[in-house]
Amino acid sequence: MADFLLELFSEEIPARMQAQAAADLRRLVTGALSDQGLSYMGAASFATPRRLALHIAGLPERQEDRREVKRGPRVGAPEAAVQGFLKSAGLNSIDEAQIEVEPKKGEFYVAIIERPGRGTAELLSEILPGLLKNFPWPKSMRWGSASAAPEALRWIRPLHSILATFGPETEETQIVPFSLDGVTAGNVTYGHRFMAPGAITVRRFDDYVRSLESARVVLDPERRRNIILFDAQSLAYAQGLELIVDTGLLEEVAGLVEWPVVLVGEFDAEFLAIPSEVIQATIRANQKCFVLRDPNTGSLANKFILTANIVASDGGEAIAAGNGRVVRARLSDAKFFYDTDLQVKLEDRLAKLENIVFHEKLGSQGERVRRLIELAGAIAPQIGADVEAAKRAAKLAKADLTSEMVGEFPELQGLMGKYYALAQGEPEAVATAIGDHYKPQGPNDRIPTEPVAMAVALADKFDTLVGFFAIDEKPTGSKDPYALRRAALGIIRLILENELRLPILGLTEGALNGYLADENNADVRAVAKPDLPDAVLNFFADRLKVYLREKGARHDLIDAVFGLGEQDDLLLIVRRVDMLGAFLDTEDGSNLLAGYRRAANILKAEEKKAGAEEAKSYQEAFAPERFVMEEERDLAAALLAAATAAIHAIVDENFATAMQALSNLRAPVDSFFEKVTVNSEDRTLRLNRLRLLNGLRTAVHQVADFSKIAG
Amino acid sequence: MNTAAIAPQNSAPAVFDPRRSFQGLILALQKFWAEAGCALLQPYDMEVGAGTFHPATILRALGPRPWRAAYVQPSRRPKDGRYGENPNRLQHYYQFQVILKPSPENLQDLYLGSLAAIGIDAHLHDIRFVEDDWESPTLGAWGLGWECWCDGMEVSQFTYFQQVAGIECAPVAGELTYGLERLAMYVQGVENVFDLNFNGGEGAERISYGDVFRQAEQEYSRHNFEAANVETLFQHFRDAEAECQSLLAKGAQGERQLMVLPAYDQCIKASHIFNLLDARGVISVTERQSYILRVRELAKACGREWLKTEAGGG
Repeated sequence: MADFLLELFSEEIPARMQAQAAADLRRLVTGALSDQGLSYMGAASFATPRRLALHIAGLPERQEDRREVKRGPRVGAPEAAVQGFLKSAGLNSIDEAQIEVEPKKGEFYVAIIERPGRGTAELLSEILPGLLKNFPWPKSMRWGSASAAPEALRWIRPLHSILATFGPETEETQIVPFSLDGVTAGNVTYGHRFMAPGAITVRRFDDYVRSLESARVVLDPERRRNIILFDAQSLAYAQGLELIVDTGLLEEVAGLVEWPVVLVGEFDAEFLAIPSEVIQATIRANQKCFVLRDPNTGSLANKFILTANIVASDGGEAIAAGNGRVVRARLSDAKFFYDTDLQVKLEDRLAKLENIVFHEKLGSQGERVRRLIELAGAIAPQIGADVEAAKRAAKLAKADLTSEMVGEFPELQGLMGKYYALAQGEPEAVATAIGDHYKPQGPNDRIPTEPVAMAVALADKFDTLVGFFAIDEKPTGSKDPYALRRAALGIIRLILENELRLPILGLTEGALNGYLADENNADVRAVAKPDLPDAVLNFFADRLKVYLREKGARHDLIDAVFGLGEQDDLLLIVRRVDMLGAFLDTEDGSNLLAGYRRAANILKAEEKKAGAEEAKSYQEAFAPERFVMEEERDLAAALLAAATAAIHAIVDENFATAMQALSNLRAPVDSFFEKVTVNSEDRTLRLNRLRLLNGLRTAVHQVADFSKIAG
Repeated sequence: MNTAAIAPQNSAPAVFDPRRSFQGLILALQKFWAEAGCALLQPYDMEVGAGTFHPATILRALGPRPWRAAYVQPSRRPKDGRYGENPNRLQHYYQFQVILKPSPENLQDLYLGSLAAIGIDAHLHDIRFVEDDWESPTLGAWGLGWECWCDGMEVSQFTYFQQVAGIECAPVAGELTYGLERLAMYVQGVENVFDLNFNGGEGAERISYGDVFRQAEQEYSRHNFEAANVETLFQHFRDAEAECQSLLAKGAQGERQLMVLPAYDQCIKASHIFNLLDARGVISVTERQSYILRVRELAKACGREWLKTEAGGG
């Protein structure tokens, strides 16, 4: 058994690409080896800012010898066929072939081809150049004098050296010989850029990792992350503070250093007057540093954690001081922006929104705000929100887009508006609504729960969704450039989690009218199709199914409820699905389902046999006077009672009662099928019985389309 | 407060010392890059938004001929003016620009050497290459590279040009851009750009960056935001655009182009006028894109024609 070690040593690889690149390297090389019939015991890949490394353990030194049997033409076949066979089997003459006799078929030529297994190292040196030349970097570049040629190697940044060794676990290894656009594979790598830049000769993975560690390189990104996290938490603790863990930042920072050294920096406490989200965004985005909080008060501390890449000769004092200066400069920018913003009232910013394009075909943010005011005002009374507060919040919701702070940190939109609204004395509900109206931004984001905030958040999303549907910019496949799926999911969560009763169709029309009322908006008028509300509703149905499926609801039950058609009240749909699931779990439910199926199957079979005209006549009402058997009459009576009760219950939105009413059908249905022959010789009797079964089907369908239920 | 982050090393006279004077920083970089084989050029004598606009970078990056140059370029960003009141923002500042074609194998090491030459010790400071791909929509250019950090501060931009004026670079040039004020603030340990020591003098002999530029920042901020005549600027933009196209047409002789440099000047001019109009706030978001496209078309035409000249390898 042998080990393979590969390292690609380059200039700094972007942090965000490292994990994927390491995974791709492992997948591609192991895949290519498997294609060659080479199995292995384990494979692991690693990335640092300057290297991608792959270790494959337990590889055979050679492929197995292979013996291939190739069947040729019949003995005595035409010369052309024989020649073709010789060529494909690599034989010189037909004498080298054997003859096999197959019973009843005759004699055939057969070639036995021996393929001796090739050395793994030799195969690797053949495989690697092509594989690396086509490496799937999200972006790649050319460099140096080689880049004069169009076919020059592309890599994420200039590639400086390749290490590739192969050999048994205990003995000397060999270099896997190959070269890539002038870079020749060897057994040498280099240590940390500043602390140990010298060359290191490597035999295999074990000494590679050890040598790198002593040359101040931690190869494994997970270990770097753990070091940073542990040291950051310890340093914070020593200061009496608590680290605000940010896993995305941790991952990025671990991709920016080969030898993490965690230090504490400080900024002036006066900056704590800036909203904490602004401080965090500033320090995170510009400096890639972690912020700390006081565990007692929960508020931000005027200290931060930075991760350097070297053990500095002064113990890091200059580095911490330098970072502190940059943070101060950034925070004084932020403070300047914040103070400047506070001097302008939100309503005085509205004029500028006229010049900010929302979408080329959907007009400006100013026009959008006017639509949002109307729409939020229309939604508010339906969900118990104060209408004037909702309109006020909608009016000011987008004003912060023209603020300096949001210009600098777009991710703070909404939130800054909230701060500025509070500062100018807006009511709490209005400020909260401004702050929350973009929410939820994703499946895990918080849902607004204040009625005014809900009204504006719903208006914002309906306006977006309907606008883009109107100009035919619907999501297709994996493409959803305007995040309409997210908007729909946001609406679904807002409605369901707050238990709101809102008709999707009504809101869609409301939003569309907002666009149509705007005289300037020729685009929407020109493009919007009459089927738009249905298209939006179907989109919601799809998103709701995805949402419910992820919550574990049965796929078929969702279909059964949607099968009823004309459902645009999401909360009722979900309640029906829940009730239906509960009902089917009862014995009455499962028996009724069985009875329903029997009825539906008979009807389906008969409808198939009959002409369209006749099949249609099954849907007419049955005639009670034509029943001859008691079971028929019982079922008919039970059906009338159950259907009436079910309809009333459904009108009252009491689905449990509706299903209970249907469950009363179970006994008469069972006796009916036990005693009554539907396909009577008497045509009149038969037709009437089919109509009775159709009555059963119709009654059941009031609750859900049972034909969609699986199992 | 520990701001004297840069330890003194040798003791050059203050007037030449990168840690004690702004001009010393420039001189140290010039000396370093001259030793690395660059032609030390002077600033281009037109208003540009960045050192990249200098024909010594943008045009010389195209075509097969090797090229090495370094120069200081005053850069104008009308929108960044703050009336001399912001400690970090200026509408006129200096870039130190280095262009090496083809990009040498040891470009990163050369760059780190240049930091050492201005007194930044890599064993004391945390120097990092952080992903920052560069793209200039107006120049139809992009490249991959980094922003270079020293103790968390961006001190340079490092780019391997991949495409310029819409044309693939073959071979690729490496470009380094140092933001001189920011770098000087760091090595001098100063928090406000106007407090930089410009000439290395002390007491009455001291000339600060503020002495040189504060009044200019105030006056140009007024000009850029309030006074520049918008109608004239629109007209100048149209004129420069037309002149650029006309010069290229007049300079075309068969396979050769004889007037690409004068034509490119007009492209630079159009770009700066656009920046002024933008600062005046008279260009809407939708128009903005179309102005950028118009400048890009000029840049692309100049790049294409450059390849038909001697220096362009045509």
